[in-house]
Amino acid sequence: MEIGQIIFLIVLIAVAFLAIKLYGRVFRNIRLGRSEIINDQKSKRWKNVLLVAFGQKKMFKRIVPALLHFFIYTAFLLTQVELIEIIIDGIMGKHRVLANPLGGFYTFIIGMIEVLSLLALVATIVFVIRRVILKLKRFHSIEMKGWPTKDALIILAGEFLLIAAIFTMNGSDVLLQGMDPEHYPSTGVLPVSNWLGPAMFGNLSYESLVMLERIGWWGHIVVVFGFILYLPISKHLHIFLAFPNTWYARLEPKGEIQNMPEVMNEVKSMLGLTEENSGMDESIGDLPEFGAKDVTGLSWKNIMDAYACTECGRCTSECPANITGKKLSPRKIMMDVRDRAEEIGKTLDQNKSNVSLAEFDDGKTLFDRITREELHACTTCNACVEACPVLINPLDIILQMRRYEILTESSGPGDWMPMFNSLENTGAVWQVPEERDAWSK
Amino acid sequence: MKVKTFAELQSEGVTPELLFWVGCAGSFDSRSQKISKKLVEILDEAAIPFAILGNEEMCTGDPARRAGNEFVFQMLALQNIQTLNGYGVQKIVTTCPHCFNTLKNEYPELGGHYEVIHHSQLLKKLLEEGRIKVRGDVFKGKKITYHDSCYLGRANNIYEAPRDVLEHLDNEIVEMQRSRNCGLCCGAGGAQMFKEDEPGDKRINAERADEALGTGAEIVAVNCPFCLTMLGDGLKEKDEKVMVFDISELILQDKT
Repeated sequence: MEIGQIIFLIVLIAVAFLAIKLYGRVFRNIRLGRSEIINDQKSKRWKNVLLVAFGQKKMFKRIVPALLHFFIYTAFLLTQVELIEIIIDGIMGKHRVLANPLGGFYTFIIGMIEVLSLLALVATIVFVIRRVILKLKRFHSIEMKGWPTKDALIILAGEFLLIAAIFTMNGSDVLLQGMDPEHYPSTGVLPVSNWLGPAMFGNLSYESLVMLERIGWWGHIVVVFGFILYLPISKHLHIFLAFPNTWYARLEPKGEIQNMPEVMNEVKSMLGLTEENSGMDESIGDLPEFGAKDVTGLSWKNIMDAYACTECGRCTSECPANITGKKLSPRKIMMDVRDRAEEIGKTLDQNKSNVSLAEFDDGKTLFDRITREELHACTTCNACVEACPVLINPLDIILQMRRYEILTESSGPGDWMPMFNSLENTGAVWQVPEERDAWSK
Repeated sequence: MKVKTFAELQSEGVTPELLFWVGCAGSFDSRSQKISKKLVEILDEAAIPFAILGNEEMCTGDPARRAGNEFVFQMLALQNIQTLNGYGVQKIVTTCPHCFNTLKNEYPELGGHYEVIHHSQLLKKLLEEGRIKVRGDVFKGKKITYHDSCYLGRANNIYEAPRDVLEHLDNEIVEMQRSRNCGLCCGAGGAQMFKEDEPGDKRINAERADEALGTGAEIVAVNCPFCLTMLGDGLKEKDEKVMVFDISELILQDKT
């Protein structure tokens, strides 16, 4: 076994070990939410995965970013083939193990990766320009200050490095194929490297080229490993979570708000609508908590939504409240949920004293991050839900927090109190003296 | 105008095929009452037997549920369902997208199963079947823009029916930049209608009114009593000449 192989194996095992730990944490944090079984209408769910996640259907509502994103996305998908080869090569101490068995198909795949990488490079440059020079409004809202902006730039820098590594690797390889065909099997004519390689590295010695090829090869895999370990703390986690997130997305009409059976049963018995001995719970326990004051009161799906969010801000840019200068930003709601889940997760990791989630109390809630002013500004118009390219639902979270405020805390906007009173006493939304059918007389 | 209630008809031994769900706005708001009357005219012209619930109707509970008050919602909804099921109601038409959404999507889980249509869908059908005709030419030659309500549009994916109705008019129809599934809310939904705005730079209805004015249209067509109020208020502050009408008022026109 060569030294390179040993180093590769050590790195691979270390990355796998860390990845299991970091992704396990994300999984645990998602499960901080209450359980909800989402398992129905499987064919519709797969259709969503195919059209919305794989097909990027919703991205194409805005054609420019959609195309640029599509380049990076397809380059990412196809590079997986190359990655498999790199891992096999790394473990077995071989070089381009798939080149000879795949033959012309190999040339086609690597060629496609090269073309897409070039397009991805263009996309990455445009994305940097949009963020740093053009300063697009949706990338510069209040919630984007600090870490979120840095996170986005780190990812873009990573993409530059990755593309540079790919072309360094292939460019030097093409030259080496002519010098030492035994060690460097032919890749066929590659659309970029066959001219870029000679143009950039044409006058380098054999030894320098061997070194350069290794730098490209290691650079490629190290950036990929870096990505894998970085994603759990990054908005970029959407590249994995977009897929399950579209599968688990709500299928009901957007206007339908989830029923609360616990309240329904109570009101039924109050109105005398339940049959005798219908098994109503007679025990007097603690007053139940309605709605959600923290991520633990939300569904696990709401938390997965938050981890799937890539902070693109399409939701916020379509939100009528946000457009007119109110504090509400659906993107911030999602970021707050993720940050709070992370905070609880960290606290749980620090106190390894087996605190059960039911007893967990750090004196904080989601209301410390999401203010009532934000919640009260929502018109439930579903623009944010419609806008999200990966079917995240910020409205569902807003409604659950409104329920907590009204039902559990008995507070809420003062203006709503006369409305509730009128609804309860007269069945009409306004307190009016006339008869309901006076208009028809 | 005399509109019979289910209770009255039942005492006569008749069960009408259709319930007209009037809603709070259609019952109490003077502007929206006109739309309720329009729908009655339309139903009469098409000779469709119908009745209302009269004083037995209550708010569907939409604003309570969206404000977060599930108790009040359930109280209203369960009582309404008791009334509706008591009369054996099967088919409902309503002029309010909020009532439409709640009756159609949220009552089934509480035991209320009905076929619910919005009046824009009914109008489309009656116009296509020739059972009603466009009356009058008060708005002839005027440019119309159509505002999608959130609860008919995004909430229930009904974008074309109201536009198909407007196609029956001679008028030129222009779209706002944000329309169909990208339509901008009027600002009333989620019980915002019943409270003051949160602090901000602009009112949502003013933003939408500006967008409607930008099309150069002289008429804004809506399908929702709350959009009607919101856009009416928004436009009143800008330009007296631009008017907001429910699509039913454009079909059965009069000079008032």
